Amino acid sequence: MNTAVDVSRFVRTEKIEALPPPKLARGPIAWVRENLFSSPINTALTLAVAYLLFVLIPPILDFLFFNAVWTGTDRAACRAETAGHPVGACWAFVVSKINFFTYGSYPAEERWRVNIFFVLLAIGVAWLLWLRAPRRDLGAVYFFWLFPIASYVLLTGGNVDIGLRAWLLFATIGVVFMAAIGFAAFMLKTSVRSAVLVAAGIVAVLGVTLALLDWDWGLEPVPTSRWGGILVTLLVATVGIVFSLPFGILLALGRRSKLPILRMASVIFIEFVRGVPLITVLIMANTMLPLFLPPDVTVDRLTRPLVGVAFFASAYMAEVVRGGLQAMPKGQYEGAMSLGLNYPQMMVLIILPQALRIVIPGIVNTFIGLFKDTSLVSVVGIFDLVKTIEASRIDPNWAAPTISYTGYAFAALFYFIFCWGMSRYSLGVERRLAAGHKR
Amino acid sequence: MQSVVSPTSPPKRSFLYDPNVRGIFYQVLLICVVGYLFYMAATNVVENLQRAKIASGFGFLDVTAGFDISQTLVPFSAAGSTYRDAFIVGLLNTLIVSAIGIVFATILGFTIGIARLSTNWMVAKVAMVYVELLRNIPLLLQLLFWYIAVLGPLPQPRDSFQLGAGFFLNSRGLFMPRPVYGADIWAVVAAFAIGIVGTVLFRRYAKRQQEATGRQYRVGFVSLALIIGLPVATWIVLALASVNPVSFDMPQKGTFNLRGGMQILPEFVALLVGLVTYTAAFIAEVVRAGILAVSKGQTEAANSLGLKSGQTLRLVVIPQAMRVIIPPLTSQYLNLTKNSSLAVAVGYPDLVQVFMGTVLNQTGQAVEVVMITMGVYLTISLVTSFVMNIYNRRVAIVER
Amino acid sequence: MKKAIASIAFGLMAASFVATGASAQATLASVKQKGYLTCGSNTGLAGFGLPDAQGNWTGLDVEFCRAIAAAIFDDPTKVRFIPLSAKDRFTALQSGEVDVLSRNSTVTMSRDTQLGLDFPAVNYFDGQGFMVRKKLGISSAKELNGASICTQQGTTTELNLADYFRANNMKYEVVAFATSDETFKAYDAGRCDAFTTDASGLYSERLRASNPDDHIVLPEIISKEPLGPAVRHGDNQWGDIVRWTHNAMLDAEELGVTKANVDQMKGSDNPEIKRLLGTEGKFGEAVGLTNDWAYRIVKHVGNYGESFERNVGEGSKLKIKRGLNAQWTKGGLQYGLPVR
Repeated sequence: MNTAVDVSRFVRTEKIEALPPPKLARGPIAWVRENLFSSPINTALTLAVAYLLFVLIPPILDFLFFNAVWTGTDRAACRAETAGHPVGACWAFVVSKINFFTYGSYPAEERWRVNIFFVLLAIGVAWLLWLRAPRRDLGAVYFFWLFPIASYVLLTGGNVDIGLRAWLLFATIGVVFMAAIGFAAFMLKTSVRSAVLVAAGIVAVLGVTLALLDWDWGLEPVPTSRWGGILVTLLVATVGIVFSLPFGILLALGRRSKLPILRMASVIFIEFVRGVPLITVLIMANTMLPLFLPPDVTVDRLTRPLVGVAFFASAYMAEVVRGGLQAMPKGQYEGAMSLGLNYPQMMVLIILPQALRIVIPGIVNTFIGLFKDTSLVSVVGIFDLVKTIEASRIDPNWAAPTISYTGYAFAALFYFIFCWGMSRYSLGVERRLAAGHKR
Repeated sequence: MQSVVSPTSPPKRSFLYDPNVRGIFYQVLLICVVGYLFYMAATNVVENLQRAKIASGFGFLDVTAGFDISQTLVPFSAAGSTYRDAFIVGLLNTLIVSAIGIVFATILGFTIGIARLSTNWMVAKVAMVYVELLRNIPLLLQLLFWYIAVLGPLPQPRDSFQLGAGFFLNSRGLFMPRPVYGADIWAVVAAFAIGIVGTVLFRRYAKRQQEATGRQYRVGFVSLALIIGLPVATWIVLALASVNPVSFDMPQKGTFNLRGGMQILPEFVALLVGLVTYTAAFIAEVVRAGILAVSKGQTEAANSLGLKSGQTLRLVVIPQAMRVIIPPLTSQYLNLTKNSSLAVAVGYPDLVQVFMGTVLNQTGQAVEVVMITMGVYLTISLVTSFVMNIYNRRVAIVER
Repeated sequence: MKKAIASIAFGLMAASFVATGASAQATLASVKQKGYLTCGSNTGLAGFGLPDAQGNWTGLDVEFCRAIAAAIFDDPTKVRFIPLSAKDRFTALQSGEVDVLSRNSTVTMSRDTQLGLDFPAVNYFDGQGFMVRKKLGISSAKELNGASICTQQGTTTELNLADYFRANNMKYEVVAFATSDETFKAYDAGRCDAFTTDASGLYSERLRASNPDDHIVLPEIISKEPLGPAVRHGDNQWGDIVRWTHNAMLDAEELGVTKANVDQMKGSDNPEIKRLLGTEGKFGEAVGLTNDWAYRIVKHVGNYGESFERNVGEGSKLKIKRGLNAQWTKGGLQYGLPVR
């Protein structure tokens, strides 16, 4: 019963003067006054920032455009003493090295294959990201199955040469697998026929995949040690997203699962990966992966960081997806269960389509982070874009004071365009989703 | 699909349909698969190590290192120090660059975050451009840029920039006088402690007075005078009494380099600048989101009470925004710490560069070295999130 | 469906990127079966192993691998080069990723005995040296007291450096980088007073300086660095092939057999030349090669002296003198063991 407790608080007794009426608030002058010079502090800030821009912008523009060298064949063009004028960015260097920056040392006559890979990648990304594209389900099949196989065949030359014994082994395992599924269905007293059909479908898809890889397409084999530049950067990013999304979803489901061991395993994996820097994961993949495998198996040098990046991205993706799962109202789960759907049906048909949709911005943001992180593979010796620039900027033919800055400006522009574009996209989706929720 | 089951006769179906049985089955399967993978990996590791004749175990930590490190916070020499000392040196270097980075990134990040919401159009736009630019370019690239940007314009040691008072700047870093503490330093330290205690007491008093009378004291100035002024005054008094508590070891020009004094490596500066500017862009976004999350009514109410905009920010908005800001801010701090491992690109001897680089190469004991390094980062992460969870629980709004 | 996709994905990964290596069977047999030799090379060291923009490899170490390929396949192009950093080189060899490591690696006892490797030959006798800027005006490494020195981490170089300065009671500041590129870049940018690595590497790296003439290599050699190819321990036949490839190239030089005159020399009466080129005796068959194995090497690659001059000697930009690598008859250490 604490009414009217006597707390001493200050109450103003005298009246203060009323403020003057607001000034005219229209027109450019009013806008300037309102937004730039509304108070002495604001005026000071505006002037300070204007001075800062005045100091910074002209030299940057001079460097990038007005003093830049656009044509030339060697360092003479980009040195002030030989060129006869102050030299800014040496774009001629980028022009002369652009093939190296794009393809690494991929054989010149085979570079059309890389170009097709770029086009296929663009198609896949556009299909998935454009929310109103036709048949986005086919798009998913394309991006997560057909496209990886096509890229693999194109870039390496395919013709894995699995051998007859491996095919026989595969056929045996396939038959055993179908039989096991059929038996399980029989035990569960459900339709044996449909179960075997599903199993046969899985075996067939795997078989087709293997066959496509095994087939001799008549392409010249290109070892991964010759891949480089933007090709490798995009490849690492693509492998990251292709693996991390499905694997991340599985991990997120595992973390939300009621089964304690499954949940624990997921949590440990996610927290472990998120707790360490990517560089340590890459170094681990590089030095320890060969140790984990049997002595007669070796892993390609490019594959090691790919595995590292895929695992790393999965853990981050899992947390994003988990956010989406948690945001689903409980009613959706209950509704699905009351319809008699089992767990896989509930997840695949009801929960995931909605949950994934609301976390598209999060997924894209993770992907932006992943895209930037691909630059770290250069630290473990993979020739990505950053590494090709690092290797080119010490070329004595191009030794000039601004070469390094030019190379970095080019790489920065490349990353910025991709990342900024993706962040705009994610903002757009966010806005659309927000609009949808308001209704 | 199925007929309605009457409540009196529970359905009798195969126990295989029991979700609990299935759950156990799946988990046993998982344990088997994961266990098998681990078993395979472990046996392969053992076999591979034996075949390659690589030693195992942590005995290598006591072996003499035999190499030198450029920045060492604790004494380290090639002759007398072990790999364990190298590990400690690397760890300390990681921690110091992270700690200093966090302080500066917070200051810069809050400034830019608030600037993005400024009513001043120009300030807001410049802040936005900063954030968009820095966030969308890989940190590695920025570090490489900073390293040549720091190194490039600096002169060779012979033509060092003389900044006066024993400060020199050249391509080997920033050199400055190193304080050598005398025996009477305790007086200054004591004055500093008194200053802090005095500040706390004065703040309490000022608050009570303000609540009672409405009179406001200049708390900021008084605190400053107490914490900084008091020790400085003590020092001056001591110096006048010619018992100098601190003397300085000045850098001297040598054949190649400056000798003596304190040296800040260009690698350290490049890494620090890169980490701070990059992380600040993310912190700015966190701060902006946090401030926007405070409902507009709060600001309006504060305005209508007659608080100035600075006071509104300091007394009303930021305390509420902090609840939203703290969790993502923590993860940014962790990111900064983890990103400091990119030191390897600019040659700063952090944990990864020294331990996962040199020590790993010299010993070849990949498994142990990788385990230790990852363990360190993992520990930092887990401890931080644990502490943050406790803090979060304390500041969270208790809802009815 | 998602699960199916995931399983396909993993199947793909497992099936496609993992290739079975060679260590289970004899290296020679597996090389013949593959149809090419995999050779671990430097990531880029002019004169020793360096790819051009088209990906064609050149250099002394590279030509050594080409010589092995020539001996096996009669075709020096049947080599795949895998660039390896100092960090990765030995694990790559141990794991069977490469058949031979020809990457200016120093032969040391611990590497020979503890890493499961064998070093069948020394194809370049080297030592660690220093490079400094001319304008510093110093002429001896003994004057480097107090200098900043750039070096690559994880190499014997880094350890030798510490030893040398300790032994001479001098102080220095070390700046270590992960790759040789970064190390040299930092030196070139003025971060360090001196740059240290194997003397051959110094000459090679100097070519990459903005102005090569601004730098000099100091005369002191502070360590012994016998550089040579490495193979896995235990496959003696393969080790023999690598050892005798090197000796054949040395013998050819000593006997005056060159790429140009090798066909002519085949008709020589000199029994040593006859044995070397396979017109007498069955020395090649004994190691699983054909008897004209050395003829193939000289025909396609040339003798040791030719390879040396072309890649690092007077015929190259490096202009390194033969020095220790001259024939034993000319005061050097290269002593071709007799084919007999």
